[in-house]
This record gives sequence, structure tokens and C-alpha cells, in this order.
Amino acid sequence: MNSSTYTQFVASKRMGICDPIQQIGMWGDFKGSSFPDTLILEVENCLESEMPIMEKRLDNETEEPSHVTVGRSNIYEPETSKRIDKMNRRLAQNREAARKSRLRKKAYVQQLENSKLKLLQLEQELERARQQGLYVGGGLDTSQIGCSGTANSEIATFEMEYGHWVEEQDRQTDDLKSALNSQIGEIEMRILVEGCLNHYFDLFRLKATAANTDVLYLMSGTWKASAERFFLWIGGFRPSELLKVLTPHVEPLTEQQVQEVCNLTQSCQQAEDALSQGLVKLHQILAEAVAAGTLGDGIILPQMTATIEKLEALVRFVNQADHLRQETLLQMSCILSVQQSAQGLLALGDYFKRLRSLSSLWSSRTSEPA
Amino acid sequence: MDKVQRMTREHGVVIFSKSTCCLCYAVSILFQDLGVIPYVYEIDHDPQGKEVENALMRMGCNNALLPLVFIGGKLVGSTNEVMSLHLKGSLIQLIKPYMSV
Repeated sequence: MNSSTYTQFVASKRMGICDPIQQIGMWGDFKGSSFPDTLILEVENCLESEMPIMEKRLDNETEEPSHVTVGRSNIYEPETSKRIDKMNRRLAQNREAARKSRLRKKAYVQQLENSKLKLLQLEQELERARQQGLYVGGGLDTSQIGCSGTANSEIATFEMEYGHWVEEQDRQTDDLKSALNSQIGEIEMRILVEGCLNHYFDLFRLKATAANTDVLYLMSGTWKASAERFFLWIGGFRPSELLKVLTPHVEPLTEQQVQEVCNLTQSCQQAEDALSQGLVKLHQILAEAVAAGTLGDGIILPQMTATIEKLEALVRFVNQADHLRQETLLQMSCILSVQQSAQGLLALGDYFKRLRSLSSLWSSRTSEPA
Repeated sequence: MDKVQRMTREHGVVIFSKSTCCLCYAVSILFQDLGVIPYVYEIDHDPQGKEVENALMRMGCNNALLPLVFIGGKLVGSTNEVMSLHLKGSLIQLIKPYMSV
């Protein structure tokens, strides 16, 4: 591919070596000749590296087109002055064209980077939508989200594992339903119940790892369905609320059980309140840390670093909240019979399923044209 | 060691804490809600704090797990243990003798 113009062959202003007039003489007769690709590339390379083009070309040139007149002899001919003007104009145009070309290239690369980010976001949304039960043509392998950095890939792993966790939970909920309808033996029921409880404990383990990676991400609840996020309390469900959800479905309760469930609910609420208040104090400490010094002075790095250390206290809170959730479930299973536990777990499983459905419905509702 | 023993014997509910630790604060709030005023010893506010920390570690307590709670002179544990006991209903029994009216 030969260029028939010499728009790319631009004289670099940074040339110190050659006398400009000499240079003109060299190039004057190149008009209309075809240029080798390497010349164009070399020129572009020179532009990138800001090397004097003329210098480079002179070094590499082994043969010269015969019609080129080198040297000063034709500079002083009278008609050359017009050609010098023309030449100057063309050189100026060339410089301008090269400059525009560089800008275009920069813009293109920037566009590519933006598209890459957008793609990443879309893939993540897709995965979330899939988790919420929206069927989105399963061909996409969203587990290979192009992540940069270990933290991102760990979070992506967490989202993927959570997706699997949800699928398994739905399966277990269905199993519970069939088991309760089919009157299976107590031992089998107990195994089922323990399996369900352990599944919840698996979630808390998953979350503990994620909390160490990015506790703010976990606290934000973006990994949960939108309706679930509305009920978010320290990175998950509020245990006392859950007790209120499942209690009506574990009939019949003995009087002692009623009392015990009541006590458990109350203790749970007290523990939640204490943790919430601890979090309020952490808010205060963080706000003070961020606002320390003179606001308006901008960002001071050591201050930011110190604040990050304070943020890490959140990890313990999330762990503590999950511990509370785990203990609540355990205690409930101690108070209830195996049959009742199965009923309670079914109620919970279905409750979460409905919340996720609600979230999908909500998404489709808000994306519908008005 | 002496100081720790003295403190835990003098007060019914003792919480070894750090003033910057919000989880320690949460635990002290819990006790207050249950009707007990715990004796909170802030390790970072006492010049002898380091010695107390060492004494606690010698007693087998992992210092990274503040708050450390003693009830009736006996070590109960950290936040996990306190929460578990409370959900079981046992914590209330333990602190009954020290509840303010």
C-alpha cells in the first residue's frame, strides 16, 4: 500500500541538525512519488518518539531516488521561492494532518477502554439477572468476567458462588416441601433439616471470605436481589425479622416453645440493637476521620490511609452479624422439633424465593416503556 | 495479673476494651440494655494498659479478640461467646446478681 501523498512525511520541528532550506531541497521533488510503507511507519515512529525524522531517514537511507536533488545547488534558483512557499504550506498541512491523526488514535483507544468497562458492567448485570431468575440466554460464560486485580476476581468468584448457593437453596426448599407432603421418617427428615442449616452456614463462610476482600461491597448488598436489599441489615437479613416470618408456620407450638421462641426473639432484638449502636459509633468515628483537618484543603494521603484502617473495623461487624444469624438459626432448631424445623426452613426458603421474584418483577416493571 | 484479678473480683461484669473499638462499645451497650452497668476498662486509656494486655494474654486470651468479658470473676469470652449465651438465655442468668434495680 503506497501513499500517493506525502501527508505522513512530515518535517519534525524538533529537528536541530538540518538546515530547513537544505531539507526542502531534499524533499522538493518527492511530490507524486510513491512511498514505501516502511517510510510511513518510520515517520510515525519518529512522531511517537519525538525523534528528528530527517536524522533518522538520513541514517537509514541506502539508496535515493534518482530524481532527488540533494544539496544546496538548486536552492538559490529564482523559481525556488514559489516552491518554497508551496512547500511550507504543504508541510504545515502535513503537520496538521499528523496531529489530527494522533488525536483520532487517542480517541479511538479511549473509546475501546470505555467499551471494555461497559462490557464488564453488562456481564455483571447479566449474572445478577440470572440469579434473580430472569432467563438470559445461557450461552454467556459470566464466570470469566475480565477482571483486573485479585480483589475483583475474588468478588466475581463470590458472586458466582452465591448464584450457585441460591440455586441449591431453591432445590432444598423444594425437597423440604416434598418431604413434608410425603411423610418421610424422622431420621431422613433430620438429615434434610441439618443439610439445610449447614447450607446457611456455608453462606456465612462465603461471606466471611468476601468480607475480608471487600467489606464495603458486601455491606452494599449489590450481590443480593433488589427487594432483599431493602431489608438489609449489616450485610444480610435481620435475624429477628426472620423469626417473625417463620414462627406462624411452625404450628403447633407447645406453651413452653411459645415462651422460648418469644425469649429468643427478644434476645435477638437486643443483640441486634447493640450491634446497630456499635455501628452508629463507627459511623461517627469514620465521619470525624474523613472530616479531620481543614475541609477544602483537599485529600491528604496519610489521613486517607488511616481512615481505611478504621473502615476495616466493619469486617468484624459483618462477621458478628453473620454469627448472630447462625446462632439464631441454631437456637431455633433446638427449640423446635425436627418436623417443625422443616416447616420453618421451608417457610424461610419460600420467603427468600418470593423476595427474589419480587425483585425480578420490579426490574421488568421499571424497564417497561411508559 | 493482680490488677486483672482485682478488677474482675471487685466488679460483677468487667469488659476489657479499647476506646476505639466499636464492637467493644456494642457489647457494653448490650449489658446496659439488660440492666447491668459493666465496668469498662479501656486498655488504651491506662498507662498500665500494656501490662494488663500482657496479663490477659498470659491467661490464654487472644488479645485480638477485644472485648473480653468477665462475669463474677470468671472469663466468659469475647463478643461471640456473649451473643451465643444471650440467645440461649444463659447470659441473663449469669448477670442477675449484678443487675441494678
